[in-house]
Formats: sequence, structure tokens, C-alpha cells
Amino acid sequence: MSLQPISRRHRLQTDIRTRFRFKRSLSKSDLFWAYIMVAPNLLGLLIFYIWPIFQNFYFSFTTWGDFGKSAWSGLDNYKNLFSDPEVLHATQNTFAYAVMTIPVSMAISLVVAAFLNQKIRGIGLYRALYFLPMVTIPAAVAMMWRWLFNGDYGLLNYLLSLVSLGPVRWLSDDTALYAVVLVGIWSSIGFNMIILLAGLQTIPTVYYEAASLDGAGATQRFFRITMPLLSPTVFFLTIVSLINGLQVFDQIFLMIKPKSTAIENTQSLVYLFYKTAFIDGDKGYGAAIVTLLFVIILAITMVQLWFQKKWVHYD
Amino acid sequence: MISQSQRNPSATAPFTRLKVRPASLAIHLFLIIGALTMVGPFIWMILTSFKSFTEATHVPPVFLPAVPEWSNYSEVFSSLPFFNFYVNTIVMALGRVVGVLFFCSMMAYALARIEFPGRNLIFLLVLSVFMVPGQVLLIPQYLLMSQLGWLNSLQALIAPGLFSAFGTFQLRQYFLSLPKELEEAARLDGANHFQIYWRIMLPLVKSGLLALAILKILWSWNELLWPLIVNNSPDKLTLSAGLAFLQDEFTTNYPQMMAGATLAILPMIVMFAVLQRYFIEGIAISGSKGG
Repeated sequence: MSLQPISRRHRLQTDIRTRFRFKRSLSKSDLFWAYIMVAPNLLGLLIFYIWPIFQNFYFSFTTWGDFGKSAWSGLDNYKNLFSDPEVLHATQNTFAYAVMTIPVSMAISLVVAAFLNQKIRGIGLYRALYFLPMVTIPAAVAMMWRWLFNGDYGLLNYLLSLVSLGPVRWLSDDTALYAVVLVGIWSSIGFNMIILLAGLQTIPTVYYEAASLDGAGATQRFFRITMPLLSPTVFFLTIVSLINGLQVFDQIFLMIKPKSTAIENTQSLVYLFYKTAFIDGDKGYGAAIVTLLFVIILAITMVQLWFQKKWVHYD
Repeated sequence: MISQSQRNPSATAPFTRLKVRPASLAIHLFLIIGALTMVGPFIWMILTSFKSFTEATHVPPVFLPAVPEWSNYSEVFSSLPFFNFYVNTIVMALGRVVGVLFFCSMMAYALARIEFPGRNLIFLLVLSVFMVPGQVLLIPQYLLMSQLGWLNSLQALIAPGLFSAFGTFQLRQYFLSLPKELEEAARLDGANHFQIYWRIMLPLVKSGLLALAILKILWSWNELLWPLIVNNSPDKLTLSAGLAFLQDEFTTNYPQMMAGATLAILPMIVMFAVLQRYFIEGIAISGSKGG
């Protein structure tokens, strides 16, 4: 189907025509089909996604006993929540994970993206290889890394021993969180790199050429051109990474054994929620924990939207 | 950071060309080291999956197995319902894809092309689902499955994933980009909106449907928490949740664990290799790693 450019006058005419006819022709049949076509997904969203938001909020004010019976308990869960050292610790772990993972991953990704933006050979291959962890089942990622981290037979400790370091007990109490962070960085580089590369490619080359002619060095060009023009991309990535990072669960669940003492220093809010609601069966308290997470994510996103004026440049 | 001569090779004098080569060599060196870091764990996993237990736990490590131990792979199937994991995962992914492609595209069409009363409200509802972290919904979704008697079933794996706010939003963008004139002729011929959607519009948003389908398959394949919660009998698990069990079951049988992990990720890696562009575009557009 070829779409010829339409003259302005012609377009104006069709606009008027369609608008005029539109009012007249929103017939019963149109309405009927509109609602029929919307209905299945709307029903599904209401049942599985929208009503549950309210249900979860309601559950957070209830206490669950044996046999799945629940009773209204007012603000009890929230009172417990704010005096529960485990919740506090899990919140700290969650933030520690996000704060350590996101900047490091973004910095590495930015360098990789900048290099790939130079029209070098093999860009497609590099892009695919860096992206590989993104298409890998989290459990497989956890298994391969646990194997690398293995205290006795792990490849990492062997490599360290070559430079007479270690052995490191990677997944023990003090270091487990860093090990999880390392895997988090490794897994997210591909995604961040793709987004940053897309952002870099929108910056017109003329800017750099003009700056070079004016005698701007590489550093100056980076801070005066690249950073400001890339700031909307970085902003978008920060929002998405924080939302994802604060929901960290898979790698902690898969890499740290639930009975090991390292779990205290690594369990995130989602992990604590899973354990409380689905292992211990305390769905009321679990609902309160996940509501706390929701509020935290919402607040942080709001703050970022508020602060974006200070550093994000839109043309 | 980006030197002018590299961006404009036609203008390079011999002098600058000399300067370029070491720079791009350094870049390649950096990128290759990075790529090895990304691929290394995969290679080590595959190598281990072919080793005997003694080779795998040998210190210092043995890099290549003397004889590839294919039995590690067959043992994965004999000691776990691994075949069921595959079937369950594929059924879950395809079931969701069919649902999402059909339900989301219908709603997306109506939201984009028919100005019916309540349209904005419905769109607002769709957007509000975006704002909520998925874990908030898990307890009510689980209880619903339990009330329906669907725990430990394939329906439970598929059900909530049949519908999607993200898919609706994404396809709506595609439908919005189509020109109005397209439906005019069909309207004059007396076609109703469903016919226009089915016969004219849907074929035009094929690339959007493909991107959505790929994302949905990937997310279903990798999803951990939902299958873990609703299904706990081993023959009803997906690969993602099943591997977690494999890890507990064979705490020290490293070669077999690696064989299981390799088998589980292979289909997605092959699909990624073939449809790389769509994977990367889809994920870049969605701005999300899952959900």
C-alpha cells in the first residue's frame, strides 16, 4: 500500500469530512463493536490486575490465622512493620543492592555504548554477546555464577590464586551481597548498553564536528555535548533501573540458600514478602510489606520526576 | 571521546590515520575483554556440563573434558521431569502469546481508532496497571487461583498472563500511527469495526505483534516467582522454577546442574540468534526486563 503525500488542502478537507462524518456515524454498531473489542482485555485486567491492587491493600489491614482465615486487625501490620528489624534490614539490603548495582552498571554500559557508537567492525556481534544474559533464565544465571563462586572448586578462586589472592568465600555472610551485586551488574549491562547506544545515535554528528573545529577536546565534547544530550536517556534508564532494582528477588532467592546465615544480609523486600506470604503463610503481613515497597517505589519515582528539571535537558 | 577522524574516514589524511589505528585497537581490546566477561560464565557452564565429576572438581581446574560426558544430559531427563518442564514452559508461553496478541490488539484498536464514551477512562485504567509493581498483585492472584481450584495446573501458569496492560499500550501506538484514510473505503463498503480491525489493520501492525510475541515468550520463559507460587508439584513446574529445584536436588552434582541449565537456556538463545533484531528492539521499546 503506497501512501502518497497528501496536499495540505486535501488533508484539511478530509479532516473536516471525517470529523463531520464521525459525529454522525458513531452508530449503534460502532459502539457495539467498540465495547465488544474492549471487553475481554478489560475484564481480564480488572480481574487479574486492578481489583487485586485494592484487595492487596485491604489484606494489609488483616491478620491471617490457620486454614487461611483472616480477620480485620486495623493498623497492626503497619505498626509491626515499622518496628520490625527484619523489615528494616531488608529495606537496607534492597537499597544497598540498587545503589551499588545501578551506577556501576550504567557507567560500564556508557563506555561500551560510546565505543560501539564509533562505527567499528563487529558491532552486531558485540551487541549480541553483551545482551546474552538478558535472554537467559535467571536460575541458569544463578547456577553458573554459583559455580564460578564455589569456594573449593570455583574458577574465580582459582584465577585469584594465580595472583596469590584468596580464596574468597564469595557467598558467605559478609560478601554475599557483593556477589549478588556483581551478578546484577553483569546481567544488566546489555540492557543499559542498548538503551544508551540508541540515545547516543540520536546525537547529530555535526555537533561534534563543530566543537572540534572550535578546538574542544574529547573530554570537553563529552561533558558539553554528550552528557547534556544524553541526559533524557540516562534519566529514563535511572527510573527504570530503580524500579527494577528495588524489586530484586530472583538472584537472591536462587544464589543464597534460605537456611544460610548470609540470607539476613542479602534478603530484599520482595524476598521477605515472598517468605512471609507464601512460605510462612502470613498473607496479611506480606501484603503490608509489599505495600511498603509500592510506596517506596512510587515516592522515589516522584522525587526523580521532580528533580529532573535540574539536570535533564530536552531540546 | 569521539574523535573526528574516525567519524569521517574520507577526510583522514595519512597522518590522522596513523592516530586512528591504535585507538580503535584499544577499543577492540576493551570490547573483547568485556565480551569475554559476558560469555565466559556461559562457556564455563557448557564445558562443565561435559565433564565427569572428578574433572569438574579437580584443583587446579581441568579446562577441557577428556571425553565428553553426554550422560550428564541424559541423567537430567531421567532424574527430573525435565521433559514436563519443557512442555509446561512452552504451553505457558504460547498460551499467553495467543491471548495477549488477540485481546490486547482488539482493545488497542478500539482505544486508538474508535472514539467511544469511556475510552479515556479505560485508557487511564490501563496506564494505572503500569504504576504498580507486579508483586503487589501476587497474593490476590494466588488466592483467585486457589479459589478456582487451579493451583498446580497449566491454567494457573497461563491465566493472568493472558491479559496485558503493556501489550495494549504498545499496540495502541502502532494503531495510532496508521492513517485514517485506510478505513474510510472499508467504512463506505459497510464494513464494521471488527472487520476493519481483522482484515485491514491487523496485517499492518504485524511487526508490532511480532515484537510483542517475542517479548511475551521471553518473559514467560524466564519468569520465576509466579510459577514458583502457584505450582509446586514437580511435573507442573516450568523450566525457570524447575531449575531452582534442580539446584536444591543436586547440591553437589555440578556437571549435571550445568547440563540442566544449558538445556533450559538453549531454546531462547537459538531464538535470540535468529530474531536478534526483534529481541533488542522489543526490549528497548518496552524499557523493561520483565513483567
